[in-house]
Amino acid sequence: MTDLTACYLGHNLPNPLIVSSSPITRDLDQVRMAEDSGAAAFVMHSLFEEQIESESLDLHHHLEAGSESYAESLSYFPNMQTYNTGPDGYLEQLRRVKAAVRGPVFASLNGTSAGGWVHYARLVEEAGADGLELNVYDIPTDPNLTSQQIEDRLMELVRAIRQQIRIPLAVKLGPFYTAPVNLLTRLHGAGATAAVLFNRFYQPDLNIDDLDAVPHLKLSHSDELLTRLHWVGVAYGRVPIELAVTGGVHSARDVIKCIMAGASGVMLTSALLRHGVGHLRQLLADLRHWMEEKEYESIAQMRGSLSLNKVPDPTAFERGNYMRVLRQGVGPTW
Amino acid sequence: MADDRVTIEGNEAAARVAYACSEVIAIYPITPSSGMGELSDQWASEGKPNLWGSVPRVVEMQSEGGAAGALHGALQAGALGTTFTASQGLLLMIPNMYKIAGELTPTVFHIAARSIAAQGLSIFGDHQDVMACRQTGWAMLASNSVQEAGDLALIAHAATLETRLPFLHFFDGFRTSHEVATVTPPTIEQIRGMIRDDLVTAFRQRALSPDHPVLRGTAQNPDVYFQARETVNPYYLACPAIVQNAMDRFAELSGRRYKLYEYVGHPQAERAIVMMGSGCGAAEEAVEALNAAGQKVGLLKVRLFRPFDLIAFAAALPESVKAVAVLDRTKEPGALGEPLYQDVLTALHEAGRSGMSLVGGRYGLSSKEFTPAMAKAVFDNLIATRPRNHFTVGIVDDVTHLSLDHDPAFSTEDPASVRAVFFGLGADGTVGANKNTIKIIGEDTPLHAQGYFVYDSKKSGSVTVSHLRFGPNPIRSTYLISRASFVACHQFHFLERFDMLGLAEAGGTFLLNSPHGPDEVWSHLPRSVQETILAKRLRLFVIDALAVAKENGMGGRINTVMQTCFFALSGVLPRDEAIAAIKKSIQKTYAKRGLPVVERNWAAVDATLDRLFEVKVPAEATAPTRRRPLVSADAPEFVQSVTARMMAGEGNALPVSALPVDGTWPTGTSQWEKRNIALEIPVWDESICIQCGKCVLVCPHAVIRGKVFDPALLDKAPETFKHADARWPDRKGQAFTLQVAHEDCTGCRLCVEACPVKNKSEPRLKAINMAPQPPLRDAEAKNWDFFRALPEPDRATLRADSVKDVQLMRPLFEFSGACAGCGETPYLKMISQLFGDHALIANATGCSSIYGGNLPTTPWAKGDDGCGPAWSNSLFEDNAEFGLGLRLAVDKQAEYARELLARLRDDVGAELADGLLNAKPTSADVRPQRERVKQLKEKLAGRTDAVARDLIAVADSLIPRSVWIVGGDGWAYDIGYGGLDHVLNTTANVNVLVLDTEVYSNTGGQMSKATPRAAVAKFAAAGKRTAKKDLALLAAVQGQCYVARVAFGANDTHTLTALREAESFPGPSLVIAYSPCIAHGFDLSKQLEQQKAAVQSGHWPLFRYDPRRKAAGLNPMQLDSKPPSLPLKNYLYNETRFTVLVQNDPASAEMLLREAEAEVADRWKLYERLAATANGGAS
Repeated sequence: MTDLTACYLGHNLPNPLIVSSSPITRDLDQVRMAEDSGAAAFVMHSLFEEQIESESLDLHHHLEAGSESYAESLSYFPNMQTYNTGPDGYLEQLRRVKAAVRGPVFASLNGTSAGGWVHYARLVEEAGADGLELNVYDIPTDPNLTSQQIEDRLMELVRAIRQQIRIPLAVKLGPFYTAPVNLLTRLHGAGATAAVLFNRFYQPDLNIDDLDAVPHLKLSHSDELLTRLHWVGVAYGRVPIELAVTGGVHSARDVIKCIMAGASGVMLTSALLRHGVGHLRQLLADLRHWMEEKEYESIAQMRGSLSLNKVPDPTAFERGNYMRVLRQGVGPTW
Repeated sequence: MADDRVTIEGNEAAARVAYACSEVIAIYPITPSSGMGELSDQWASEGKPNLWGSVPRVVEMQSEGGAAGALHGALQAGALGTTFTASQGLLLMIPNMYKIAGELTPTVFHIAARSIAAQGLSIFGDHQDVMACRQTGWAMLASNSVQEAGDLALIAHAATLETRLPFLHFFDGFRTSHEVATVTPPTIEQIRGMIRDDLVTAFRQRALSPDHPVLRGTAQNPDVYFQARETVNPYYLACPAIVQNAMDRFAELSGRRYKLYEYVGHPQAERAIVMMGSGCGAAEEAVEALNAAGQKVGLLKVRLFRPFDLIAFAAALPESVKAVAVLDRTKEPGALGEPLYQDVLTALHEAGRSGMSLVGGRYGLSSKEFTPAMAKAVFDNLIATRPRNHFTVGIVDDVTHLSLDHDPAFSTEDPASVRAVFFGLGADGTVGANKNTIKIIGEDTPLHAQGYFVYDSKKSGSVTVSHLRFGPNPIRSTYLISRASFVACHQFHFLERFDMLGLAEAGGTFLLNSPHGPDEVWSHLPRSVQETILAKRLRLFVIDALAVAKENGMGGRINTVMQTCFFALSGVLPRDEAIAAIKKSIQKTYAKRGLPVVERNWAAVDATLDRLFEVKVPAEATAPTRRRPLVSADAPEFVQSVTARMMAGEGNALPVSALPVDGTWPTGTSQWEKRNIALEIPVWDESICIQCGKCVLVCPHAVIRGKVFDPALLDKAPETFKHADARWPDRKGQAFTLQVAHEDCTGCRLCVEACPVKNKSEPRLKAINMAPQPPLRDAEAKNWDFFRALPEPDRATLRADSVKDVQLMRPLFEFSGACAGCGETPYLKMISQLFGDHALIANATGCSSIYGGNLPTTPWAKGDDGCGPAWSNSLFEDNAEFGLGLRLAVDKQAEYARELLARLRDDVGAELADGLLNAKPTSADVRPQRERVKQLKEKLAGRTDAVARDLIAVADSLIPRSVWIVGGDGWAYDIGYGGLDHVLNTTANVNVLVLDTEVYSNTGGQMSKATPRAAVAKFAAAGKRTAKKDLALLAAVQGQCYVARVAFGANDTHTLTALREAESFPGPSLVIAYSPCIAHGFDLSKQLEQQKAAVQSGHWPLFRYDPRRKAAGLNPMQLDSKPPSLPLKNYLYNETRFTVLVQNDPASAEMLLREAEAEVADRWKLYERLAATANGGAS
């Protein structure tokens, strides 16, 4: 029998397939169906730093607006006993998801700076999260902010979160760091157990008729996987941190590539949104079939086999790849 | 400090007791009593139990009359009940009050006593309302302070059960109802000790019950009615002793002792004042000061006014008293004296107390200040050779010369107290911070604390003045501070507008929020401010509070920063203790709104003290300039001499002769009040503007104007005056300008949001963009003056069915005091543009009557021809009927004029007479008819015969009149619905405009029947559980009036069409206008999108129902919006009124959302069916 078990973020999993942070965890029926189809673990949809802040501040602003200005209308809203701002709704859903499934459930916090909101990490732990994924969706638009400052701020945040919790911590990163491998080492030093590569940035599209930049959300494609494979492959075995892949995993072959690059966990969102969570069943069947056909005994046997350290031609991960491509006439023509 | 001390308002003090002692509470909002109902509803929604461990049923009714009726029923059926009201609301309860008293029914109504609308409405305090009830048979008990409002509330609830008489428990509106003070309210054990179970049981046993049936409410005839009326006498005779017993029992329980008639002062006083209400506080201070100075004076406080116990009263007045002045806080025109005066006169006479001089006087109407100095003037009057009787005090009466002079320098302020006055903006949070400060000091220290707050007459950019007293001695000072040891100016530009340092006492502290640092600020101060600082040797401190607030994510809310400065400078608490107390208070106040709110406020506190600096005051004043004149020299004489003084806050000094005798005021005065409240104003980019008129249409304050004109006129244009070629096919060669009234703008940004044009090189810019106001002020002043002087276009050349052309019609509703971004005023402005020069407007009480008619300046204006809307507010409940009356008068006079004209046909000439008689009653015929009437008057000039004189007098009625009945949803859906329904069922040509904000906006957001399901409002704190009443459909199915539902932000052309169709319909018309409001809880600059969402989601389907179409065989019902295409929650959850329920009670929110979705779908199906059938489902 082929052994599909994996270990990610301190948890033994029946297979490496994890439902990535997405709207799926908002719907308990979907969650149950996903687990029945083979999902080994779940990352909750994200609780955003801005969401926590803006919900509270917007409420405050609108309750105060126009108040204490005119003698007849010193306020416009009844004084409620509670407003449940902050994470209460999220924590409740986390509890519900936990209760609905057997596998581990990882909470997801999305933010970029160490502020008062980090104490929500402790709250999600108390609510039963089996781990925490910190999603660092950092868009550094400030021209005065240096890469060093950005990385230092990230470490400060990870340390602040780490201090709040005892459960394992994963950090989900974007692909645009100057020295990703060094960064992964620093993350481990700051207290992260795992790194999830990479966040997908939803770049705005430009509407040339309305003259505006518009939010743009497209499901991922397998092509996007290459960046992940590249950096997981480069990092695997060379940095003391667990690695997971997210973004661009659509087929069993994609899953296999992730594991061979060195991923402990393989996360899916777009494929499940496109095909439904039942798609997991097909992926697992295909994975098992391929492994049996190729006579792989276990996932562990495959893991990292095509990483930089172990691949027959490591130059493919380095500048050599560039040179090779150029020689084949695929690159620029000058 | 006592552990049981709290700092609360008078309303809360009374409501705590009322709630505890009641099973049914029927409520209806009216200022200044609304707070008591709001608290009751809030407590009930929180599950707070009453004295018997059960949560009272709190029900909002459609009017105060309804509340009284419901309560009457509840009392008859055996439930202990209460209500809260004031002013006109109390008057509406009077019919039921007779019944309740006649049936010897125990209950207590708590009244925040308020003026009655007579020559003008006033929301402020006096005893006119309660005095209008003194004949109803109710016992009347007066509280004089916040402490008493709770204590006497309890005594009333106890006494009503034993006496079986209903009680009016009243205290002064605002001065007591809204004063925040440290008090020790009755505990639940004390309440328990006062309310006797046996009496409660007896009350319940008298209830109507089929198990022991009786009959009440019989019709009685001459044989028995009189005797039956006399049966109650023993109850009234017994009442005073029972009340005194209750007071004595309360004293045993609480240690606080009250008397029916309580004398304070010299035991051998020779002169005494008799009065009731909050003025007693000021009078008592005067008594103590005068006695300390060797005089012999006293004060007799009347607590039980009805039944009046002459024996107890006479016994309370020392035998030594030789002269009495009775002060009434009411006016009874034509009476021999006011009620308390007459009662005291009768009492002393019947008690045999002769040999005493007795005078009566009036004071304090509409919260007019009553100070110890005025009380002294009253005492002084008593030793005059011939004491003035029927005097007034506190005003200057130069007409009937009744007023007493007083010396403002006479002060009884406690030198041991800190007296602080804060000038702030409503929007900067000053009042809220001060209320917190009072709580901190009142509850965390042994000091006594008092706060009273004075607000603006405008809703946008409103100024607040907070009066705070703290001290080791109990505070009885029921008047504003005139000698402040601490003055704070929270907005630098106030220095130009107000003489705030006039309130500072010598050696005091002046805290100034200043963008200029300690080394620069002096040169920026107006000269008068510099001079006062020097003359009074004030210490001056500055802080750039706005910078501190912004740096800490607080936006413009500088409240916490300034509060921290106050504590640091006043020394009320040691600094560290004060900082800790402020932070604790922030935590307590804001924690439930979320940690980020608390953290930002804390950060602001921490950042404050390093930025607070004392200014080294130079030896002499250096500023060259004086304050700017408040109004232009071009303003009319009345505006210069009267209005301007009211604007300057000097209205108290205006003598009686300065004011109109019958409440008639000039229109168009808002143009003279340049408030400069916008930090940023819109600036036109003429190079890309397509001149569509959208910005003009949406501007709530009519500050954006468009004009086309002959380019030759530009020769004299100011240098920065902008213009472009007019983009109208038929106006080629003409110039167009879009001008902003920069000093009148509120900075709401609605115009920018409405602009459909984007700058091609920099699309964040539109054809109108916001820019800082101060640098533009001088240039724009010249541009505005030039623009106003340009000729108005000939209306005959403008298409009234085109938004683009309507922008060129001069609005005759401008610069109102409505909130920034108000969703109501664009409709009124459009009506004024289309029909203003021949409009008569009946305006229900509410927001639109306040921003439409609140002094000192009002927005309804007139054109260059002197014509414009004539406007009046009658009441809240009667507006449809009032408007119908206007129409009836116009029609009758027109009919009479036509009759007279027919008789004088030969005299005036057949052509003119026929022209006058055959003119169509349409807006288009106004100007030619006005010209004919002018000719008619010229022809009849000099005639002395009765027919001609009469015709001249009524000739104007031959000009078409557009009668508009305007009001909010509180009026149309609730209190005025009966009248509205009646008027819509007449044939009268009236146009009803309902400005539907879906909530009682003016009184602070209480639920109306227009409030949609799932919305949170006051009186619906748990979310409204029923559907919004479909007023439009109710009217449409009657089949004979024109009905439209409009939303200008969703479809402006549709709104324009509907208003024009409504006006042209020769019978009653109803237009219900979607009006986004600050009470909805969203950024009103986004209201155009939100109006679209309201329509697209099916919440607000647009339709018109025009009975005229039937004649053409068409369906009168036209559905003008598309089927719902937007999920309802995408509309609802943009607004705090809906999201707050999701946060507070997600399960209920989800359930109500589902119900609301079903409701929207069902309504749409119904509308579709009506629009699809041959005759619209109505005949």
